Amino acid sequence: MGETWEWLTSSEQWSGPDGIPARLLEHIWYSALGVFVAALIALPAGLLIGHTGRGSLSANTLSNFSRALPTLGLVILVFRIEPLSIWPVLVALVVIAIPPILLNTEVGIRAIDPTVRDAARGMGMTGWQALWRVEVPLAMPLILAGFRSATGQVIATATIAAFVGLGGLGRFIIDGYSVRDIGEISGGALVVAVLALVAEGGYALLQRSLGPKEGSRRRRVAGPAVHHEEVHA
Amino acid sequence: MKKVLWLLLAAVLAVGIAACGDDLEEGDDSGSTSTQSEGEGGAEKPAITVGSANFPENVVLAEIYAGALSAKDFDVSKKLNVGSREALFPAMEQGDITVLPEYSGALLAFVTEAKSDAKEIGEQVEALNAELPAELTLLEPSAAEDKDTITCNKETVDKYGLASIEDLAKVGNEITIGGPPEFAKRAGFGIKALKRVYGAEFKKFQPLDVAGPLTVAALKDNKVQCANLFSTQSAIPANGFVTLEDPKGLVEAEAVVPLISKEAATPEVTETLDAVSAALTTDNLKELVKRVEVDKDDAETVAQDFLSEQGLE
Repeated sequence: MGETWEWLTSSEQWSGPDGIPARLLEHIWYSALGVFVAALIALPAGLLIGHTGRGSLSANTLSNFSRALPTLGLVILVFRIEPLSIWPVLVALVVIAIPPILLNTEVGIRAIDPTVRDAARGMGMTGWQALWRVEVPLAMPLILAGFRSATGQVIATATIAAFVGLGGLGRFIIDGYSVRDIGEISGGALVVAVLALVAEGGYALLQRSLGPKEGSRRRRVAGPAVHHEEVHA
Repeated sequence: MKKVLWLLLAAVLAVGIAACGDDLEEGDDSGSTSTQSEGEGGAEKPAITVGSANFPENVVLAEIYAGALSAKDFDVSKKLNVGSREALFPAMEQGDITVLPEYSGALLAFVTEAKSDAKEIGEQVEALNAELPAELTLLEPSAAEDKDTITCNKETVDKYGLASIEDLAKVGNEITIGGPPEFAKRAGFGIKALKRVYGAEFKKFQPLDVAGPLTVAALKDNKVQCANLFSTQSAIPANGFVTLEDPKGLVEAEAVVPLISKEAATPEVTETLDAVSAALTTDNLKELVKRVEVDKDDAETVAQDFLSEQGLE
C-alpha cells in the first residue's frame, strides 16, 4: 500500500505525456468514443426493435454472441489489420458496449403498457411522434441503466489499449508489470477504479434528475410498469 | 503476500497472451513446483524449475534446458513467458525459479545498474560472479550471442542516411523509437543508456512488446522509425530493416549463459547444461528463433529437435 501511495503522490506522475492526467484523458477519450459509437448503432436498433417488436430474437442472439467474444483476441485480430491505430481498441470497446445499450433500450420500449401506446395513437400521434414523445421518455430510466452498465465495462476494458502500444491508464499496469513496480501497477489500477466510480456516480445523478418524478408519476395514471433495475437479457 | 500477487499477475498475463492466439508457450506448472532438495551432492536429484522471459528465443532456450535435464531424469517444471528480467530476477533470488537462460551483457548491466565496464564475455562472467547475490551463479557461457540492437526501417535509414547509433544524436528528435515498456526505464540498454553514451534523444518513445509482432508491425508500418530488436531475429533481414552499428560498444558481448541457483547447480546439472551451452552457436540459435517466430513451430518441439540433432537426449 505504501508503494502505491508513494507512486500516486510523486510529482513526476502528475505531469508530462505519460503522467496520470494525460493518461486519464486518453482513457476517457477511448471510453467516451467507444460508448458513443456503440450508442450510434445500438440506440436506433434498440428503439426500432422495441417499437416494432420485430427482430428481438436476432438482437438477443447477436448480443449474446458478442458478449462471448474474447476481447483480447478481438484486439489482437484488429491490430493485425490496423497496427498502432485506435481501431483495435475502438472495435473491442464498441463490441462490449453494444449489448447492454441495445437490450435495455429494446426492453425499455417493449415494456411500456400497450394501453399507453394505444392512447398515444388515439390522440392522433404518428408512429414517430408516439416513439419520441411517449415511449422514449418512459423508457429513459432503462436506457440510462444500459448506458451506465456499458460505460462501466468500457472503462475497465479500455486498459487493454496498452497491450497494443496505445495509451490510457492501462499503460501504468503494463509498464509497471514490465519492471515489477508494484506501486505503479496498483496505482494505475486504483485510478481506473476511481474513474469507473466517478462515472457510476455521474449516471446515478443523471438517472435521478431525468427519471420520473414522484409527483409526475402520480399524475400519469396509466403510467407503465418501469423497472429501475438493469435488465439482464 | 506479494509473491502470491506476482504469481497471480504472471498467470493472468500468461493466460491473456495465450488467448491472443499467438504461438506462445504457457507456463507448464504441473503440480508440485519447487520442492527444494536437501543438501548438495546427495544422491537425491534436485527439483528444477526452468524459467524464461517473455520472448520466443528465451522460451526455446528454456525448453532446451528443461528437455536436456528431463532426459537425465531430473524432476523439471517450467515457468515460461514470465516477463522481463525485472520480474524474473527476484523470482530467482526467492528460489521460485532455479534455472534461467540469461545474456551476459544485459544481466551484468541489470545487476550493476550499468556501472560495469566489462566488455568481453570472460570479464563479464567474472564480474557477474562477483556481483550476483550469494545464492545465484553462472554456468559456462555458450558461443551463441544475441545482442540488443537499435534497428530502423529502410525508409528511415535512407531518409537520414543512418549507419550508426551515433547518427541518432542529430536526428533522434525526429524519430519515434519503439521497444518493450522496460526499455524506457532500465539502466541497461534503453533510452537512458542511448542518451548517456550517444547523446541520442528521441521525439517519442512508443512502448510495444519485447521485439515481438507488435514491434515488427510498427516498424514495417513506419509507426515507429527505429526499434529495439534482437540480433538473432530473421525479421530484420526479411523486412529489409537495418541494424545500426554500435561503435561505442554499448552492447559489446551478449553470450547466452545459464543463470542458476547454487543449490540446484549439482555436478550433474552443471554437466548437462554445459553440454547444452557447448552445442549452442549464434547460427543455430538464429535457426531456432526462426522456427518459432517465422515458421510458428511449437517451442517445445523445436527444443526437442535441437536436442536430438545434438545428441543431448
